[in-house]
Amino acid sequence: MSDAIKPIGMPKWGLAMTEGKVNAWLVEEGATITEGDEILEIETSKITNVFESPVTGTLRRKVASEGETLPVGALLGVVADASVSDAELDAFVEQTRQAQAEAAAEAPPPEPVLTEAEGWTVRNLRMGPEEGVPLVLIHGFGGDLLSWQFNQPDLAADRPVVALDLPGHGGSSKSVTGGDVAWLAAQVRSALAALGIGRAHLAGQSLGGAVALQMALDEPDRIASVSLVCPSGLGREINMDYIGGFIAADRRREMKATVEALFVDPAFVSRDMVDDLLKYKRLDGVLAALRTIADAVFAGGQQAQVFTDRLATMKPPVQVIWGEADRIIPAAHAQAVPTRHVLPGTGHMVHIERPAEVNRLIAEFAAAADR
Amino acid sequence: MAKKSFRQAINEALAQEMRRDPRVILMGEDVAGGQGAPGEDDAWGGPLGVTKGLMPEFGRERILDTPITESGFIGAAIGAAATGLRPVAELMFVDFMGVCFDQIFNQAAKFRYMFGGKAVTPVVIRTMFGAGFRAASQHSQCLYPIFTHIPGLKVAIPSSAYEAKGLLIQAIRDDDPVIFFEHKMLYDDTDDVPDEPYTIPFGEANLTREGGDVTIVALGRMVKVANEAADALARQRVACTVIDPRTTSPMDFDTILESVEETGRLVVVDEAHPRCNMAADISARVAQDAFKALKAPIRMVTPPHVPVPFSPALEDAYIPSAARVIEAVRAVTA
Repeated sequence: MSDAIKPIGMPKWGLAMTEGKVNAWLVEEGATITEGDEILEIETSKITNVFESPVTGTLRRKVASEGETLPVGALLGVVADASVSDAELDAFVEQTRQAQAEAAAEAPPPEPVLTEAEGWTVRNLRMGPEEGVPLVLIHGFGGDLLSWQFNQPDLAADRPVVALDLPGHGGSSKSVTGGDVAWLAAQVRSALAALGIGRAHLAGQSLGGAVALQMALDEPDRIASVSLVCPSGLGREINMDYIGGFIAADRRREMKATVEALFVDPAFVSRDMVDDLLKYKRLDGVLAALRTIADAVFAGGQQAQVFTDRLATMKPPVQVIWGEADRIIPAAHAQAVPTRHVLPGTGHMVHIERPAEVNRLIAEFAAAADR
Repeated sequence: MAKKSFRQAINEALAQEMRRDPRVILMGEDVAGGQGAPGEDDAWGGPLGVTKGLMPEFGRERILDTPITESGFIGAAIGAAATGLRPVAELMFVDFMGVCFDQIFNQAAKFRYMFGGKAVTPVVIRTMFGAGFRAASQHSQCLYPIFTHIPGLKVAIPSSAYEAKGLLIQAIRDDDPVIFFEHKMLYDDTDDVPDEPYTIPFGEANLTREGGDVTIVALGRMVKVANEAADALARQRVACTVIDPRTTSPMDFDTILESVEETGRLVVVDEAHPRCNMAADISARVAQDAFKALKAPIRMVTPPHVPVPFSPALEDAYIPSAARVIEAVRAVTA
């Protein structure tokens, strides 16, 4: 394919965007456009905005028509200089459209699904190849599988990666009968059984870290490795103002102020993030579930379950990754684990604040354990 | 998450609450009508089919057809609420509410107060409002300011399918009388709506756009209009916050005042007649409590003070448009 042809694809504005509607072209075919020029008006379910050209050159073809709704990445137009013939251009458009249609038909973008496990419904999202020891991602208190959205696609380059929602969280069933770490670990175990996962690597953030450690203790032969991200389970301290604040917050202002403590840079807390958290918390049963879990795992204002004295004899290899400026659980707890990475300038959501580095650490640790 | 229409969201809220709580019943004109017609097991589900499908599941004991006598069945619903049920009454067009003002204003709204908090009246009155339906001046008004005026009533005005389901479930679970306003022109709008039941607290405004230059407050269908204006203005580098109060009683003045403190400019978009409407109410409150923050006079975008015209051309001109909102924002930023 000639380098002289520059395709323009449907942009991805924000994490939730999967498709966009072409409202209007703002330039004519044949016009010379410069990178940054406003070339299209695109409407998503959240906003209507202008799309600035990512390339410079002559707009030779408008592929998308006005009013058309297309997936992210779909070919919208083609920029090429005069050296490219019309026939070459048409061939390029035809090939690209066909390839995109085939790719879409073959591999629809992965969507979370509901799976019936013993006693509960678990929402889970699977990505990556069929072969290999899967990696299971376990989120923290009040989170859901989407908190791994910057990690799962990357990690799925090497192996199957399954992210799931703990009971009472995300799209999983909201009934929580136990709520302590051992109970949560048993639920995840039943989920893995329902998903046909025998042996797995685990990565757990915050409360998900303690759940991963419990699973490694309960069934050491089925856990290939454990990557802990700002985990609970390595010390008593926990920021109860955060836990209490998260449970109590039922308004945008309070929720925003509360979750800003998760990050070093409060700019990570977007309006969409706050809205999504409030929408989750308004679902029937969520408040009761969160209270039951908090009462069990943070009884008396401290972490009820600490695994430090059992780490030395734990069979699966364990590493810990921590944000140095974590305001929820002190990064000093990382000292309990010999294989540790404390990343400066990051907080409790280090996997969102510094995804590339965290992904590399998790991928390498799992790969080493496979050898 | 599943895309559902405003109509489906309301239907789902009713069905889920009726399953959860046997005290929830439905009353209204044609909510059960049509059942038994040749080849038809279901009812019509009201004039626009919002409650279609509920009849086969819940039956005639809980889905009650009423005569075209609003004063009678609204009174009956309020009485049923006072004696332990949780009725949802459908009063086709809010324009007809006048014949039952005594039942609503003097009875339902007063019981909790007059009986020292010992009586509750958990009734919901669902009603259609708004222009654009070519239904002329007796079927097109936005009478929510009248109900907002009465202490003891709560008033909810959903602007999207997500809001409709959460606010309606909240209304049904609320122990006070709630007037629930559904804009006719929103029924086919779709949105991500969770399958599970959920509630949206009353008295908490929603921000549909965020920007530091101008605060726009809008209700019901006008939220869409304000969003459209805000998106167009954003392309011209004017950043607007759009606030949807969601309920006018209780009213989240705090969020509006906070935003105006930040932007210093306020445009209120209200489809109700301009005198004593929500735009006037909100503007007065901001003028009183955030006067020092204001960098420009407040602008109200409303219809003219005339009945809704029947002529389609005039009706279209009557309804506040995005262009008029943009013009108002331009005026306060000039």
